[in-house]
Amino acid sequence: MSDTIQLTVNGGSRSINCDPSSPLLYVLREQCGLTGTHFGCGLNQCGACFVLVDGQPLASCDTPMWSVAGKSVVTVEGLGSPGKPHPLQTALIEEQALQCGYCISGIQISAAALLEKNPDPTDKDVREALDGNLCRCGAHNRIVRAVRRAAEAMREGAKA
Amino acid sequence: MTTPPPPQLPGNLKSNPRLGQWLRVDPQGFVELSPGKVEIGQGILTALTQIAADEFDVAPERIRLKPATTAASPNEGVTSGSLSIQDSGSAIRHACAQARGLFLASAAERLGVDASQLTVEDGAIRGPGNVATSYWELAESVDINLDATPGIKAKAPAARKIAGASAARLDLPEKVFGQRRFIHDTLYEGVLHGRVVRPPSPGAKLLSLDETAARNIDGIAAIVRDGSFVGVVADSELAAVRARDALAKSATWSEGLELPDFHNLANWLKSRPLESKVVAEKKTAVSAVPARAIRREFTRPYTAHASVGTSCAVAQWQGDKLNVWTHCQGIYNLRADLALVFGMSESDIVVEHREGAGCYGHNGADDVGLDASLLARAAPGRQVRVAWSREEELGWGPFSPAMAIAVEADLDDAGDILQWRFDLWSNGHATRPGRGDSPTLLSGYYLEKPFPMLPGGNMPLATGGGADRNAVPAYAFASQRITNHRLLEMPIRTSALRSLGAFANVFAIESMMDIIATEKGEDPVAFRLRHLEDARARAVVEAAARRANWGKQKREDGVGYGIGYAKYKNLGAWCAVVAEVECGRDIRVRKLTIAVDVGEVINPDGVVNQIEGGAIQATSHALKEAVTFDRERITSDTWETYPILKFSEAPAVEVEIINRPGERALGAGEGAHGPTVAAIANAIADAMGVRVYDLPLTPDRVIAAVNAA
Ligand code: FES
Ligand code: FES
Repeated sequence: MSDTIQLTVNGGSRSINCDPSSPLLYVLREQCGLTGTHFGCGLNQCGACFVLVDGQPLASCDTPMWSVAGKSVVTVEGLGSPGKPHPLQTALIEEQALQCGYCISGIQISAAALLEKNPDPTDKDVREALDGNLCRCGAHNRIVRAVRRAAEAMREGAKA
Repeated sequence: MTTPPPPQLPGNLKSNPRLGQWLRVDPQGFVELSPGKVEIGQGILTALTQIAADEFDVAPERIRLKPATTAASPNEGVTSGSLSIQDSGSAIRHACAQARGLFLASAAERLGVDASQLTVEDGAIRGPGNVATSYWELAESVDINLDATPGIKAKAPAARKIAGASAARLDLPEKVFGQRRFIHDTLYEGVLHGRVVRPPSPGAKLLSLDETAARNIDGIAAIVRDGSFVGVVADSELAAVRARDALAKSATWSEGLELPDFHNLANWLKSRPLESKVVAEKKTAVSAVPARAIRREFTRPYTAHASVGTSCAVAQWQGDKLNVWTHCQGIYNLRADLALVFGMSESDIVVEHREGAGCYGHNGADDVGLDASLLARAAPGRQVRVAWSREEELGWGPFSPAMAIAVEADLDDAGDILQWRFDLWSNGHATRPGRGDSPTLLSGYYLEKPFPMLPGGNMPLATGGGADRNAVPAYAFASQRITNHRLLEMPIRTSALRSLGAFANVFAIESMMDIIATEKGEDPVAFRLRHLEDARARAVVEAAARRANWGKQKREDGVGYGIGYAKYKNLGAWCAVVAEVECGRDIRVRKLTIAVDVGEVINPDGVVNQIEGGAIQATSHALKEAVTFDRERITSDTWETYPILKFSEAPAVEVEIINRPGERALGAGEGAHGPTVAAIANAIADAMGVRVYDLPLTPDRVIAAVNAA
């Protein structure tokens, strides 16, 4: 049942040998060593495992490998790094926006997709965009503030 | 004249006096700090680093935190009850102050000057005439492996530069960049993966199992069966998941325990075998005679910890020795129960902490440690990692117990309270491991030689209580009697969840205060203040009311305001919450305005973060959460059937801290829970003119109350 599937992960092209029905989540974590994407429910109900697939946030726990053949996948590791942080990452740290932080990889994915479409989201826009992501620690308001702060930084950056 | 009592060692230094257990100075220019308390998303490691940096006079960047391990760390019990700052912080402060003194004494000798003339800045020691040395130079010659001495003077609060100012959390950057920090990720490569097959309902026994389909899955290393405990070990996570599902499909089970009647929990609770105990009583003779009595009953359902990450552990057997990596709250406690299950000596087990997702109390973190240990026996020498499914997390971790509460107040003819009677019915809120002769880890109940599932107990009220936590009102009533009826059977497994019984008790007390105030026609804030003698209690109530513009808010249709107050455990933080709630098709908590007094504040932003997070979580419990079940099985084991508060539903939260430098530092994690649910309930009553007595406070229940009025 094994097959070779070609796709792009965080900008690099990969060919992955796997059962095409394997959920993307396990392939990212086990075969690509990208453990920043987390398991939370396996049922597309929590957002912990979100990644961008061709720019759309998707539950990697519920996305079979065959469906991402030829597509571009971006995980939290692909958004930025300590040396080259995404504005969202800078803002999350500046706002001290997390508690346990387990939810935050998936939240960054939803937020990044939002900011791609809407450079100046209202508080309400951000909340709606994040409704597919659960946070149990109650960090919601800080996270929303961080996303809007990142939006502002990105707008400033675009002007400069 | 009485002589003052001899000084004592502070906090957990009492039981772990050796200084070298807490810190180690490395010649390479850093300090290794070894707290026994663990990070559960509350920022404790940052606060403890602040305290150590201040007291030892080094930059916070020089402090490295060692993960807690039973092989070396001080035994600080369980990280719970908002006690870490108090118990661990005070120990670390003292240990660092004393270690600083030892280094200065050694420096003085080496430099030939008096220690009192020396200063320390970031580990560099200087004295008159430009003489200098450093901790790092002295590290090898100063022995701090000695016992702490009572009476060491730490710095005065005003001299502290780091503790008391907001500090950025040390663990956040790695988490934001998706680097390996969580146990789920740190021990991943090269491990084997295990999964457990759970029975369909609690107490069910395995009748038959067909392993064929599971054995046909590529990558299966072992199938493990011990009585009704069934699990699988595989070389990839996906293979383990698929084999688990295949085994689950083929297994047949006996019927389990009969579960309570979900639709009549109050009756069910009251009709069980009970142990009834008056936990507090006060009688003052008054001349007024009772004109009438008022009685109300309140309930709350079972609720779940519902971490976003599922419980995860790694175990490895090397010969007869066991290593376990866990995100549980008490490494020594888990070790004790593992020793009981495997009939081995604690000294042959090492339990080491790694960070997990927020747990908010005793969730499945300990249980999965046993799961991994049972499965790892099938792969000697290998690390076996087990991560629970969402269904296990929401269906099999311990729950917070359902509770029924009856409050009765005798009133005089002015409507004032003469006598207050408070009865509560609940399972115990403590089945944590490491506290009894029989282990309390889930899979232990299903082994070939099963351990009994004993009903949970409660800690004594003097140390915070359990079901009866905050059952004793903060108000000055002439006479009162508080009775705790503990259930002696436990078909649904229960244990500690953030704030324990305080959540329901404060909801009941504060609802009742509003009911009585409203009947009297007195303002709820004024009514509370009239019954509060403690100045710090009054201060938070007044601050929250002032900040929320109490009594002067513009009235809108369907919008109400309510207040809730409690001093957590009657021993900890003082907290008052004002809620603004809009009742329409949905119940929307628009805003929570909170005033809190946690004594001396170590990390102000950390306190705000904890209080705000707690208040939002409490809003979720108040409005949405209930574990559901039929007579056989738990039916709320997905996020669809156990919904929690979403981003668009989270209220705005404002927190005012009343700082008390020099006063004992208190934890903030749980202080807002009770007052928040109470404030929301009171706000709904204010908005609608009717009251809901049963949690969660759903639109259906509000409508039912309106229709009944
Ligand atoms: S793990 Fe994929 S949505 Fe929850
Ligand atoms: S910060 Fe813990 S779940 Fe969001």
